[in-house]
Parts: sequence; structure tokens; C-alpha cells
Amino acid sequence: MNLHEFQGKALFAEYDLPVSNGKVIYDADDALKACRDIGGSKWVVKAQVHAGGRGKSGGVKLVDTPDDAIEFAKKWLGKRLVTYQTDSKGQLVNSILIEECTDIDKELYLSAVIDRDSQRVVFIGSSEGGVNIEEVAKNTPEKIIYEPIDPLCGAQGFQARKIAKVLKLDVAQTKQFTPMLKNLMRLFVEKDLSLLEINPLVITSGGSLHCLDAKINIDANAIYRQPEIADMHDPSQEDPREAEAAKNDLSYVSLDGNIGCMVNGAGLAMGTMDTIKYFGGNPANFLDVGGTATQERVSRAFKIILDDPEVKVVLVNIFGGIVRCDLIAEGVIAAIEEVGVEIPVVVRLEGNNADLGSEILSQAGIKIESINNLGDAAKKAVELAK
Amino acid sequence: MSILVNKDTRVIVQGFTGSQATLHAEQAIEYGTNIVGGITPGKGGQTHLGQPVFDTMEEAKKAVNPNASLIFVPAPFCKDSILEAAESGIELIICITEGVPTLDMLDVKKRVDELGITLIGPNCPGVITPGEAKLGIMPASIHMPGSVGIISRSGTLTYEAVKQTTDLGLGQSSCVGIGGDPIPGSSFIDILKLFEEDDQTEAIVMVGEIGGTAEEDAAEYIKNNVSKPVISYIAGQTAPAGKRMGHAGAIIAGGKGTAADKISKLKECGVHIAENLVEIGAKVAEVLSK
Repeated sequence: MNLHEFQGKALFAEYDLPVSNGKVIYDADDALKACRDIGGSKWVVKAQVHAGGRGKSGGVKLVDTPDDAIEFAKKWLGKRLVTYQTDSKGQLVNSILIEECTDIDKELYLSAVIDRDSQRVVFIGSSEGGVNIEEVAKNTPEKIIYEPIDPLCGAQGFQARKIAKVLKLDVAQTKQFTPMLKNLMRLFVEKDLSLLEINPLVITSGGSLHCLDAKINIDANAIYRQPEIADMHDPSQEDPREAEAAKNDLSYVSLDGNIGCMVNGAGLAMGTMDTIKYFGGNPANFLDVGGTATQERVSRAFKIILDDPEVKVVLVNIFGGIVRCDLIAEGVIAAIEEVGVEIPVVVRLEGNNADLGSEILSQAGIKIESINNLGDAAKKAVELAK
Repeated sequence: MSILVNKDTRVIVQGFTGSQATLHAEQAIEYGTNIVGGITPGKGGQTHLGQPVFDTMEEAKKAVNPNASLIFVPAPFCKDSILEAAESGIELIICITEGVPTLDMLDVKKRVDELGITLIGPNCPGVITPGEAKLGIMPASIHMPGSVGIISRSGTLTYEAVKQTTDLGLGQSSCVGIGGDPIPGSSFIDILKLFEEDDQTEAIVMVGEIGGTAEEDAAEYIKNNVSKPVISYIAGQTAPAGKRMGHAGAIIAGGKGTAADKISKLKECGVHIAENLVEIGAKVAEVLSK
């Protein structure tokens, strides 16, 4: 789960990390009061969306008057911001962060992720911030440091000093950075983060470190023990069909083909998409009904797939391990009757109670192509989608 | 021979009396798996599926001396259960549960490595040695004793590979689902090593998927250490690049992790590639007949 910048910064503040004084507004009418409350004569206004690259797309602006802040808010609230990290539809802007202006001397980069290779939380730092860090990693790898943190010991002072060398911090800044690193690690662990990125981390004209941006991603598996963070969830930043699927514990990603797919298991779902493509078709979606698919969830899955007007045929591919194929068969039939499916449905059942499932489908008296071989089932679906 | 489990493996089931554990333990017993008891805190002293229930692993260890644990407890309690099994001196832990927080796994993995214990999973279908023991949730009927060792990150994709090798009469020595989580207890390399040493295994099927660099690492290992033929299928060849947040994930992967990268690395290291999911079995037969 992703957080907005203002939510990330609220967490930073909770962990004593230096962030700008700011206010979040949901209505342009509140911009004037926000500017006055913050004070000063210059403000930064930032559209809040779950995507990077906002600055280059006009989603961040420096303003000299509250009127300009109001104008910016009017321009963006309720609109969609397209950046190089979003799809062509962009992300809905429903809040704007207004902050005091920070005078910047230098821009640095700092992030932390869970690294699969070292099986540690790894901090990544670079003296080259505010830019495309992937380019820095490719062209000048010596300007980047990767520092793994032991899960039991936590972040130590020497590690902060190592990173500080690469960030080219002076003595006073290094002293400020050491508790910052420890606090970031505590935040990472205590709030179950999977990614944290400060780009840029800046040195202000006054010479101190300051977090100018905050990107935070929370481990979806750990949301159950982070109720405060669960409350920060903003469903407007997600594809509506994907959000609806997530509510039903289904994993759905919409694609641009015309063969709807319902599969159990993420790997098999990808393998089914590959097979459709191999035989010349185009999948309309990725959908994993999960290991404990009930009749109700299968029905919901059907509704989500059929909500896409492009879908010409649905291919159901279930290999029953945990899930029983007879239950899937009943779910398919119930959904077809309930939703009133009018397009062809190809069903391939294998594994746990597969024969019983096929029998139930063939006796249902509705038009379902029941094919046991995956290759044949995919070919049939491709043919029907033409 | 086989790897990890056989008919003599003494299995304890953690979370024994829950509905999923009951369903799968019942099927495992029917398959001939030597389940010697189970653990459900608060239900010690009861009998479930004809086997004793214990409150703690320590009691189970003394009473029935299990050497492998099969875990079905809910995700919030997996860290506790894996560590309880690890500290008791169990040699093999298989955790089926999905949804375990990644940070829990960082701690767990460090500890099981220190203790030298084999952990399979979490978020996996488990391990089966056809005809001998089933420690997991895979459908028993598709398996057949034979010569192919199967390793996979995905449950249902494993079944697909199993079914195809059974249909062609090749059968399996053992099948291991290592699970799809970012921090798995065992890697492809850990299991490749076991199959290389196993007499019964004549060929190895490695089913991978996009993301991470586990397949690339395994490819390098195979080139230098595995003499048996390895056949691989990589799922996600047509998956679009995922939406992502920030750049950190992309940097740490060094731009690796796509299906095309994995396939080219595997080929370079002498691994046979099944281009299509439905051709895994045929590819194995082709390689073995050479």
C-alpha cells in the first residue's frame, strides 16, 4: 500500500525527521488560510498523487502569493495528473500539500528497501539527488552506497558515518544524520515499510539536512497490525476494478486484450496469459482468485472481468490444490446465471475433484466449453475471441 | 531415494486443529505420510485425526520425536511457530501459510540459517515425494513416482509441470514449492543442490517467474555445479511492467528481473527452456531421450 507525500511526512515528523511546516487542503477555498497559517511570503504547492515525476508534469509549483496557491488548487483538485510513472489516464488529485519554501544548497538521495539478495533492509544513498537515480546507478555506480542493516542490531552509528561520507556531509551534518538514520530504520521496522525514499534529501542554505519529499510503501501483508496506516488508504489512487477486486481478496490487473482470464495462483495466471499470447490471442486481465476461492468469490471475479466491455470470451483455468474444482464449477454456474453472461466461457479444470467439476459443468444446461487440456482450452478461447 | 521427505519422515503439524490443517493433514495421512501428532496451544491432551495434540513443540518433541514440521497457523503467528519449531531442533520446517509480513521473515530467516535448519516457504504448496510422503496442499492424484525433480516459486504452476511429467510416464522424484515471497526460507539453489546429489533424480524442472533475480542466480549455480539436465519455464513473459513507486526497487535489482533477461541468462548457462507452459513435459522427455 502506498502513502501520499503528506502522510509520509507526518510519519517522518513522528520520528523526529526534519520536514517542512505544511498543511494539506482538499478544497481551494482553504488555500488562503493554509498559506496564512504557515506564514512567510513564498510557498510550495504540491499535488498529492501516488506517483513520482510530479515536478516535471506541472504538479509542483513555487508561488509568491496565496492567490497563486488558490489558482493552483483550483487548477488541479479533481483533475488527473499524468507523469512518466502513471498510465495515460494519470492519477486523481484530491488533495494538495502547501508547504513553507526551503532554500536549497544541495540535493541528495536516500532510500531504504527490503533487498531479496542480502535478505536485509538496505539503505541506498547518493550525493546526486533530485535527478533520475537509475541513471546515476548505471553511469556512476561509485556515487551510490548500499548499506545493509542487521535485523537484530538495527542501524548503527558507523553505518551512518559510512553513508555520510558518500553523501559528502560535513562534520555537523554527519552528527545530524546519525540519529536520522536510526530513526528511519525504526520507522521502517515499526510501521512495516517495504520502501522508503527521500528524493531529494536536501542541505538547506542554512547547512542542515531536510527531507523535501517522502515516498513510503507499506508491506500489504502487515497492514493487519498497522491500523493507523490502514486508515490512510486512498482508494482513489487505484484502478476502480483493481480496488473492487482487492476488497474481495482477488488480485486483478487490467490489460488491453479481449480474453478475460480467471485463474488460481499468480504464477499460473501469468502462465495462462503467456499461453493465450503464444496461440495468438490477447489477455484482457490478470486475475488470481486465490487459494481458497469460494463460490461467492468466483461470482465476484466474473463480475469484475465482465465489467470490462472489451472482453469477448472468458477463459477459466483452475488447477485445484487447496481449492476444490466442484466448488469452482458451482461458482461458475451461479455467476453465469446471476450476472447473465452472454459471451462464451471456456473452462479448464484440473486437480482436486476435477472430474466432478467437469461433470457439474456439463450437466448445468448452459453453454460452457469444458476442456481439460490447457493448450486446447487456450486455443479455443483465442478462436472464440476473434 | 528422494529429497527432504520420505515415508520415514516423522511429521508434526502446527495449527493442527484448524480447518485447512485438518483438511490437508487428513489427505496426507491417507497418502501414507507419517504424521505423528500436532500442535494447537490450549488443546493439548486432545486427539485429532487419531493423533495426539500438544500445547508446545517441546512437549511434542519429547513425546513423539518429530523431525519435520508442517505449518498451517495464520500469518500473524507464523514467525512464532517457525521459531518454536526451529528452537526445538526440528530439521525441516515447511510453512504453507501465505501473507506473512516480510519483516517477520527477515528475522526468521536469519535465525534458521544460524541454526542450520531447512525452511521451505512460506506461501508455498509444500513438498511431496510421490508414493511416500505428502507435506503440503498439492493434489495427490496428479503425482507419480519417477525421475524428475521439480522446483517452483508458484503452487499451481508446479502442479502443471507435475501433471505433464506424469502424463508422459516420467514421474517425479520429489517436488518442492519454495514459495513466491520476497524472502523465501529456501532458494532454487538450495534445492538444486539436493536434486544434484539425489540418485533417483535424472532431470530437474525449475519453474520460475518474473521479479527478483533468483532465476539468474540459479542459472549461474547450475552452470558451475549441476551436471544433470535442467529444464526451465519462466512465467510472466507477457506481463506488462508493473506500476511502481519510486526508483529504489529498480536500482536494487540492477535492471534485472524480466522474463527475457531470465531466459537469456538460463540459456547462456546451459539450461533447456520450455518456451510455453504446455510444453514443459514434452521438453523434459526430449532432453532425457537424447
